Amino acid sequence: MNQKVKLLALFAALALTLVVVSSSSAAHRGAGAAKATGMVYAGSSDPTYLDPAFVSDGESFRVTTQIFEGLVALKPGTTNVIPALATSWKNSGGGKVWTFALRKGVKFHDGTPFNSAAVCYNFNRWFNFSGALQDPGATFYYQSIFGGYKHNESSSLAAPLYKSCRAKGANTAIITLNSPNGPFLPSLALQAFAMQSPTALKKYDADSATISNGAFRPTGSYAFQHPTGTGPFKFAGWTIKEKVVLQRNDQYWGPKAKLAQVIIRPIADNSARVQALQTGEINAMDLLQPQDVPTVQNNSKLKVVNRPSFNVAYVGFNLSKPPTDNLQVRKAIAYGLDRQSVVNAFYAGRAQLAIEFQPPQLFGWTPKVERYTYNPDKAKQILTAAGFKLPVTLDFWYPTGVSRPYMPDPQRNFEAFSASLEKSGFNVVAHSAPWRPDYVAKVNSGDAGNLNLIGWSGDYGDPDNFLGVFFKGDSPQFGMNNAPLTALLTKAVQEPNLKKRVALYQQANIMIMKDILPGVPYAHSVPALAMQRNVTGYVASPIGTDWFRPVSFGGQ
Amino acid sequence: MLRFVVRRLLLLVPILLGVSILVFAWVHALPGSPVQSLLGERATPELVKQYNQKYGLNRSIPVQYWAYVKTTASGEFGTSIASHRQVMSELRERFPATIELAVAAMIVALAVGIPLGVIAAKHYGGPLDHASLVVSLLGISTPIFFLALVLKYIFAVKLGWLPSVGRIDVTIVTKHPTNFYVLDALIQGQWSVLWDVLRHLVLPALALGSVPLAVIARITRAAVVDVQNEDYVRTARAKGLAPRIVDRRHILRNAMLPISTVIGLQTGLLLSGAILTETVFEYPGMGSWLRDAIFNRDYPVLQGGILFLAVVFVLVNLIVDISYAIFNPRIRYS
Repeated sequence: MNQKVKLLALFAALALTLVVVSSSSAAHRGAGAAKATGMVYAGSSDPTYLDPAFVSDGESFRVTTQIFEGLVALKPGTTNVIPALATSWKNSGGGKVWTFALRKGVKFHDGTPFNSAAVCYNFNRWFNFSGALQDPGATFYYQSIFGGYKHNESSSLAAPLYKSCRAKGANTAIITLNSPNGPFLPSLALQAFAMQSPTALKKYDADSATISNGAFRPTGSYAFQHPTGTGPFKFAGWTIKEKVVLQRNDQYWGPKAKLAQVIIRPIADNSARVQALQTGEINAMDLLQPQDVPTVQNNSKLKVVNRPSFNVAYVGFNLSKPPTDNLQVRKAIAYGLDRQSVVNAFYAGRAQLAIEFQPPQLFGWTPKVERYTYNPDKAKQILTAAGFKLPVTLDFWYPTGVSRPYMPDPQRNFEAFSASLEKSGFNVVAHSAPWRPDYVAKVNSGDAGNLNLIGWSGDYGDPDNFLGVFFKGDSPQFGMNNAPLTALLTKAVQEPNLKKRVALYQQANIMIMKDILPGVPYAHSVPALAMQRNVTGYVASPIGTDWFRPVSFGGQ
Repeated sequence: MLRFVVRRLLLLVPILLGVSILVFAWVHALPGSPVQSLLGERATPELVKQYNQKYGLNRSIPVQYWAYVKTTASGEFGTSIASHRQVMSELRERFPATIELAVAAMIVALAVGIPLGVIAAKHYGGPLDHASLVVSLLGISTPIFFLALVLKYIFAVKLGWLPSVGRIDVTIVTKHPTNFYVLDALIQGQWSVLWDVLRHLVLPALALGSVPLAVIARITRAAVVDVQNEDYVRTARAKGLAPRIVDRRHILRNAMLPISTVIGLQTGLLLSGAILTETVFEYPGMGSWLRDAIFNRDYPVLQGGILFLAVVFVLVNLIVDISYAIFNPRIRYS
């Protein structure tokens, strides 16, 4: 018994010492020999893998963007394509042949030279993926852009866009496609198509993977411990749920990174991330929620950085259900939605009014589309002229339990829209469902009434990633299959000449907003990041692939 | 004693079977599917169908249950749908974190709760007794997540004395051979790392330990009040034993029996309370792991994680039962 009491006393003493001592001084924080310096950056979760070919989420891309580079890149802060590992390119053969002049003297982090053979190795690697690697969970972006593989193992896979790659000398790679494709070039800036070291891919068994319990998982060590690219940072370690460590690549071909080291850590909870920034445990963070913006702005040590808007929130219509099968009713709804007030009231000054289904930063956007400024009287006139008896009843759906970057407060958006529609000759019947998983499924299958609130965030810098996703072919969501629009969008995809593509997408946007009106876009929101004031040189990318190379902080 | 232990261990089999059916039924009764969670806006009906086929979610529930029992029986919990990693290897990282936190919380609860209870009993009906009642009521009635948020706001954000998130300062370079960070630091003789890890434990342990602290204080008080009026205590005092020895040998030892029961039960509850604490402090243990799994409808993680916790709960209770025999030699198991 004596011993037990002693033990208890020891515990008590230990706990008390802990509490007292640990609160004694902040100067002790992290004291010790085993410390390294560098910027600590927080996202919301761990990467899934570090083999960019298998990745489709922003948290993974955040890390791989620092390690890997593609043939082309996006100019910081924009979606404009600029040279990266290819210095120039030429399109010929009716849009099917792309000749890339490669940057000379570039080496992968393992010393393997970057050349035309490496480019062809990467393209052929994707094209020859088989078994587990053809799982949509493994190669989502490859399938989105390139359709299928050399040997498709599922009937749901499309015919492949890629045909072949030829190395002409060490520094020219010629890619041949099966059909002309406009999004091909901008999509090469996606991390999914970044160049990886052929030596490391083979050595660390990058292509072995399993489907276990139905879930795709790489079994080699490449995707977890040996990602090898040409980028300004080298992979230095990954402790799951704790951190990914990147170190400066001192052999980088371009301007070297200013920071010697970057640590990227996952902090899932939004407010915990902001608090960690306030305490100085992290230096910068992504995914600042609109409600936390004032907290950061009111802190003299912190600042807010804006991410250029690359999303759209819209009120979608179902064209197969009366009364929204009538274009005049849709126009009346468009005039009856007080979009400007919603943008002003519920986006905390962090959004602009949308007039079409793609963000203005992207080519193909045009100011010449039909605009529908809030006008309840005009809405009623249109309805009466079309022979409708007022009020016209509409089923209007909105999601609950969700805040999306493009739609921070769906319920209040819905309430405001309902009120403005009620003034415009409509009788709104409200319906709601939890965002996950019911609401999205209902919207996608066309079961969310006449009207619904929804939106989209872009993945890469091509209008096909907006207009093509929404309106090409059969769309149960909008209850439409518009042949002229599909033909126009398909033509725009296959057109190799950028100027002509711009014109085609502008034409599509005008057609969509005037002749079809499958919905009314209302907001392009501006997502926010937060960092300490002494973090400089940070430019946020519209698609979230921010470069850490030009960033410095606290004199580093 | 050995027979008792073996019998209790054998009882694990039906318990686990029952738990597995319950967990499986519950997880599948959750509205929504993991595929919708994974795909979000990109969930076209064709993609959903394709994913359901890939993940085997289009099979009948009994077939899915049988597949689950087979993989689990072979010591495998399958692969997480969200992270694509093996559930077992995630468990190996997460469980030590939660155990470390639960032990730290229990240390806080015992170190404060028992003395508080004893003091209250010694001053039965006096102001110290009332004060301890107030402290324990506060401990029991304050929701853990609220206390956690308050502690974090005061000691991390406002005062900057302690870290607000995680298990360790991420700029520290060290190895985690056992994933018990305190132990790892001790084994490797890294005192600065130990210091940092302990600092990260303080706030979560205080928050998580608040409820068991209060319960232990109340039970200790009641047990000590009971025991100190027993005849043998009076006899011990009458024969002139020093009060300190009477307290230790006769009162505390006998009072420990109900206290140890409560400790055992509370240890199990600590594991569930950890979900809230770990969420607030972004502490990478079982709690935050299961929380994410619920949001992602990550069936393999939920099934594996909950089944594992059930085993731990049963084992903890077994240890408590065995500890009775140590505290009270009159108890015999047969």
